[in-house]
Amino acid sequence: MSAAPRVLRAGERGVLLEFGSLAEAVAWRAALSEAAIPGVADAVSGARTVLLRFDPSLTSRAAVLDAVLALAPASDAAASGPAVTIPVVYDGPDLDATAALLGLSAAELVAAHTGRTWLCAFGGFAPGFGYLVSDGPSLEVPRLDSPRTRVPASAVGLAGEFSGVYPRASPGGWRLIGRTDAVLWDTARTPPALLAVGTAVRFEAVPS
Amino acid sequence: MSALEVVAVGLLATEQDRGRLGLLDQGVGVSGPADRASAALANRLVANAPDAALVEVLFGGLAVRAHGAALVAATGAYAPLLVTSAGGSARTAAMYELIALAHGDVLQLGAPSSGLRTYLAVRGGADVPPVLGSRSTDTLAGLGPAPLAVGALLPIGAAVDGEPSVDAVAPPWGGGTRAADAAPPAAVLEALLGPRDDWFTAEALSTLRTGVFAVSPASDRVGVRLEGPAPLERAIARELPSEPVATGSLQVPAGGHPIVFLADHPVTGGYPVIAVLTEASIDRAAQLAPGALVRFRLAR
Repeated sequence: MSAAPRVLRAGERGVLLEFGSLAEAVAWRAALSEAAIPGVADAVSGARTVLLRFDPSLTSRAAVLDAVLALAPASDAAASGPAVTIPVVYDGPDLDATAALLGLSAAELVAAHTGRTWLCAFGGFAPGFGYLVSDGPSLEVPRLDSPRTRVPASAVGLAGEFSGVYPRASPGGWRLIGRTDAVLWDTARTPPALLAVGTAVRFEAVPS
Repeated sequence: MSALEVVAVGLLATEQDRGRLGLLDQGVGVSGPADRASAALANRLVANAPDAALVEVLFGGLAVRAHGAALVAATGAYAPLLVTSAGGSARTAAMYELIALAHGDVLQLGAPSSGLRTYLAVRGGADVPPVLGSRSTDTLAGLGPAPLAVGALLPIGAAVDGEPSVDAVAPPWGGGTRAADAAPPAAVLEALLGPRDDWFTAEALSTLRTGVFAVSPASDRVGVRLEGPAPLERAIARELPSEPVATGSLQVPAGGHPIVFLADHPVTGGYPVIAVLTEASIDRAAQLAPGALVRFRLAR
């Protein structure tokens, strides 16, 4: 199990839990969702944090914290359900430069990206966007110095400790390594997002 | 079927209900009315169910024509209300009271004398098709009904809960401030420090505690942008890993001028939140017009 979180206040109804690492935040979030603490309306994940929003007419800050600190999450996060497979054409404009930053060939970067299971840790940049994390050799790269004014929908990228897929065209500073024909966001679908917090993801290389 | 026909719109008018719940893990915020207390009161006046959709009107300018009889009520920002019958006779109507519209009546909202957002509820609710379980327009995510446009028909639904039990109520907030006043008194917003007050210098906390902030014209449903006497400087300069933000958060971006997050705020953000408004002050902040002045009362 991992260490107890630092507890911060976020308004009259909010408790922000801060963890020492992304892995701990992911593990605690899974435990918090499973525990379904009475009076807690929702939990929202961040890169090192989880925000709990409680209803003061049903519970109190002290009762919520007691319930949180009684949890003992597993040390590694479990994904909910089977992995979603995302087919990727690895021909992104930043593929070669990103591989070089990592000391890899383009083929080695593709092998590393497809050869591991990713987990959607948190979202929030846009509907349907998931910040994906993984174990294994680091694929951590800095964001572009100068973000693109337009990244096309379905571009697959790397930035910081994350991989992600743009659900719609938007400005963005991620390093683009490929593209997919998977639909990340569709309001006519239930659920609308292909990836939600806790979803496991595998990328699969496909020809263009 | 009875309906309200939009015959004029001002800056922006959107439909709002209690919001889009349960989609935070998919990156979708709650949305809903910016001033929740005023919206709830409008629905209560016409005895609507709490999840009935109503219209949020930014700085007046809306006019609707009743197709069939309709019972409506307006709350929030004080707009002059004028009802013109199909025959051309006009009468004034009051905020925070039940208004009975006959077929063909046009209700017109003028520019508010105080406050920013007026809520217009119709008994039965605006029955437009929901998107992902809600009739709220989320301006950030681009979800929900399109903003009201001239010619749009709002079908009146059946989202009622009993019969109206009062004809008029008192406003839930003190009347707001007027941007046009020569020396308007500063509104006072109450906030609880944290979660990231320790990321700021003592001077920044002092500025927040004592300074007068002006509401920027760049404010919208995402947030009230404030310009203070000095930027709020950081004591911790490193980048904040993206973290979830609550409605009412006072987020401080790189320039040091805070934003109060309202209904359409992003689910997560990469800048520290120095304090979070109390629930009542969130509603009050949603009524601050550009140019309004604000002070903070901070509690730990």
